[in-house]
Amino acid sequence: MIVANPKPISEILDMIKDLKKILILGCKGCVTVCNVGGAKEVGILASTLKIARIKGGNPVDITERTLERQCDPEYIAQVKDIVHDFDGVISMACGVGPQFLSEAYPKQRFFPAVDTTFFGGAVQHGIWAERCAGCGTCIIHYFDGMCPIARCSKSLMNGPCGGSAGGKCEISKDVDCIWDMIVRKKMEQGRLDDLVRFKPSKDWRTARDGGPRRSIREELVI
Amino acid sequence: MRLSYPSNIKIIQVPCTGRVDIIHLLKAIEDGADGVYVAGCLEGECHYLTGNLKARKRVNHVKKILMDLGIEPERVEMYNLSAGEGPRFAEIAREMYERIKGLGPSPVKMKNAA
Ligand code: SF4
Ligand code: SF4
Repeated sequence: MIVANPKPISEILDMIKDLKKILILGCKGCVTVCNVGGAKEVGILASTLKIARIKGGNPVDITERTLERQCDPEYIAQVKDIVHDFDGVISMACGVGPQFLSEAYPKQRFFPAVDTTFFGGAVQHGIWAERCAGCGTCIIHYFDGMCPIARCSKSLMNGPCGGSAGGKCEISKDVDCIWDMIVRKKMEQGRLDDLVRFKPSKDWRTARDGGPRRSIREELVI
Repeated sequence: MRLSYPSNIKIIQVPCTGRVDIIHLLKAIEDGADGVYVAGCLEGECHYLTGNLKARKRVNHVKKILMDLGIEPERVEMYNLSAGEGPRFAEIAREMYERIKGLGPSPVKMKNAA
């Protein structure tokens, strides 16, 4: 899933300081699963903002809605009849949400309520960790399903580097060295040879370095 | 046991404090409550194992939110006591009552009334 963190409340309060009537739009996708932008969090943010604004003597009128997703035009269209009734709209989706909304409703203003961080999963309830950097050409079959692009601090293709110690990365004792894990697994499975075998160089043209990306699937486009 | 506790405390019963969510505590403050506290079972004695531990986490989170908003975090509290401790229940009620009295009315209530 796409993982995000809540933005500091002071930052959101500042974004909407001049607005009297706002819509908070949640998303039932990734941000619901990572407990940052679903219907529940919409309620918490609405209440928090109302408390702050009442306290400041400048109450705000808030409407709460949560869409199936904010990364598909058909769901974005579901607010077309109400979206212009507000001074502004806070999106609790990942960074895609405010942008899709903004493109669909150019006359309205949209604000993000979360800091979108990475593609990852919940390693335990309440803790998420990065697993993929969306490089566009997946090579983790070489590494038994572990990604050195997203999980090695230097994105090395031929680690570990000299900083690897005791299974930890040199940047922090709280960060596992993925290369230590890759090598260990290869040794356990008796396939260390895999790592010395010749591999074509990684194709970085599909990564972010090539500018904004699109994915076109001709079999689906009408 | 006929123990008295301050009459302006409104009791809301839940099957387990694990049912108490962040939004419930916030709504109370938003609606003008001067303080809210959660009275859960003793830690380690939750019938659902972790209900009271979750409640404490949520109470702490609401304290953090209030702090961010410049509202005294002491207005929200978590207590643990056993179901057999009637006198302790009354004592906690008085303790919270005194604490809130010391803090004065909630800034939210005052602005709402103004
Ligand atoms: S190799 Fe690329 S696509 Fe595959 S997991 Fe790593 S970052 Fe993601
Ligand atoms: S210690 Fe491991 S994870 Fe850290 S930079 Fe070196 S190879 Fe990458």
